[in-house]
Amino acid sequence: MDRPIRVLVGKVGLDGHDRGVKVVASALRDAGMEVIYTGLHQTPENVVRAAVEEDVEVVAISILSGAHMTLFPRLLELLRENGRDDILLCGGGIIPEKDRLALEKIGVGALFGPGTDTTEIVSYLEEEVKKRRAR
Amino acid sequence: MRDDRGRFRTLSGIPVKHVYSWEDREGVDEMETVSEPGRFPYTRSIHETLYRKRLWTMRQFAGFGTPADTNERFRYLLDNGQTGLSTAFDMPTLMGHDSDDPLSLGEVGREGVAIDTIDDMETLFRDIPLDKVSTSMTINGPAIMVLAMYVVAAERQGVPPSKLRGTLQNDILKEYIAQKEWIYPPVPSMRIITDMLTYCTKEMPLWNTISISGYHIREAGSTAVQELAFTLADGFAYVEAGIAAGLDVDDFAPRLSFFWNAHNDFFEEIAKYRAARRIWAKRMKNRYGAKKERSWMVRFHTQTAGCSLTAQQVENNIARVAYQALAAVLGGTQSLHTNSMDEALALPTEKAVRIALRTQQILAHETGVINTVDPLGGSWFVEELTDRMEEEAERYFAEIDERGGVIAGIEQGYFQREIADAAFRYQREVETEERIVVGVNRFVDHDEKEETTPLLEIAPEVEKDQVERLERFRASRNAALVKKALADVCAAAASDTNLMPVVLQAVRHGATLGEMVGVIREQFGVYREPAVF
Repeated sequence: MDRPIRVLVGKVGLDGHDRGVKVVASALRDAGMEVIYTGLHQTPENVVRAAVEEDVEVVAISILSGAHMTLFPRLLELLRENGRDDILLCGGGIIPEKDRLALEKIGVGALFGPGTDTTEIVSYLEEEVKKRRAR
Repeated sequence: MRDDRGRFRTLSGIPVKHVYSWEDREGVDEMETVSEPGRFPYTRSIHETLYRKRLWTMRQFAGFGTPADTNERFRYLLDNGQTGLSTAFDMPTLMGHDSDDPLSLGEVGREGVAIDTIDDMETLFRDIPLDKVSTSMTINGPAIMVLAMYVVAAERQGVPPSKLRGTLQNDILKEYIAQKEWIYPPVPSMRIITDMLTYCTKEMPLWNTISISGYHIREAGSTAVQELAFTLADGFAYVEAGIAAGLDVDDFAPRLSFFWNAHNDFFEEIAKYRAARRIWAKRMKNRYGAKKERSWMVRFHTQTAGCSLTAQQVENNIARVAYQALAAVLGGTQSLHTNSMDEALALPTEKAVRIALRTQQILAHETGVINTVDPLGGSWFVEELTDRMEEEAERYFAEIDERGGVIAGIEQGYFQREIADAAFRYQREVETEERIVVGVNRFVDHDEKEETTPLLEIAPEVEKDQVERLERFRASRNAALVKKALADVCAAAASDTNLMPVVLQAVRHGATLGEMVGVIREQFGVYREPAVF
């Protein structure tokens, strides 16, 4: 990578489980990425505004509240409205496989579940961003 | 021997020797530090005969969908031999939003039950006699509104507050530290708590007013030592707040209870419960001058560690939960929740919950562990580890004091950083295989398919139904009475009038949870966390 990947890591909705998001944020930073963390209880609008302002290449969202089928589609919609569907939207949390497949189908990137090795997330982001930069 | 490095220290990092003997205990006055069951400082147990007299309460945490859905699950659990109830509220309720609030969109009934009104609370406990069953409610930010709804629901069953038995979590400090479901800033939140302490001390003598919780601190990634120290420090802060509000420590301290995690490191967990009892007893007696024995006692609920469950090979979780439950029982818990095997994937199915409950019943009725109180007492290793846990906790208390107390520590992001660092360290240890997690980084099943596990699904109609019910309820109220009652709540928040009576009145007139939270928010403002990682 010629320049570091800029990632917005965020929590959307009401759930306060921030163990995973902080572990991932630290791992991405240690892997040389520029990481911006939104903090808790953000609306999709806040997150997309921050993503545009910070000009990130990746938005990584953590959800453990079961609201993923509402919040991920809303984030995608807002990115498109802002003309920024070049930004990779991906994430993780407690998301059943059925829902994960449905979300991937509408354009959400990989969604990582419990037990994922952070190196797997790092290499996924590196590959995806490389592909996107080459476009 | 790379794989062995992690094995010879506890999960908190305390080094463990290959064997312990009487030499490790030389110079220790066992009568003073260990004592006997039922005797100060209660290292061994708060009761002389413990489970011989009464088993622990088997209390499974449950809540999802509408109040009617959860009422059905409650009755299922009671029919299956459960002895107490424990209510999980959904995210909007925990954050003080009504189900029709735009911020609640997509979250209603998903991670717990949605409670907006007194009507919902009555439905939740329909056909459950509130003078007979003890109920625990995991609610913190809007605890005062939920307690008031419970009291009014009981009133409508003909049960006075003086007969209600149960526990309100009501531990706001650990919300800022770990669980992160807050509404108001810490200082006014502590005032709401002292208002409730004052009310409950007078009106609800059988009610546990605060369940001082280490569970969430541990789940957020802390070590066992941090769980022990931060939780007890929160407890001391509540005691100091009660005393500062003019209460006699012996009037409210007997109704404070605790809630601990039961994680994987078997002996360390047992040592943690034993150390907690001893530290609390000594402080309550020596520092806060409590004279009643009940003020010295740590009574506690335990839940097995949700964060130890794996999404991989979910049936393995049954074994994990059983060992964790055994640690809690050998540590002398008063009440226990055993997690269901499928909880790393979703809320549990009925079958998974039944296996979890049966795990406790097997422990209680088949293994014989209930016959003797604190059977590990006097073990050189366990006594030594208990002492170490106490020493390490004391080191944290000194650090917290130096920082100006718990609220100052929260504002400095101290606890949050300590916990995040511990969580990251643990993750690194798993990834470098210094720590083995069966099915995750060792003994992996590469052909495993997730869809073979049946999961509980929350129907999308739940949100629509709940919002419609709320709209009908709002339309049925006397708007003038609601308005007046809410103005009274607002006025009490602006002055130093106790909030509990006015909140009770507002509930009786049909004020919703979100409306009551809202008028107090006008006075107290909102809390924003400094986002650190």
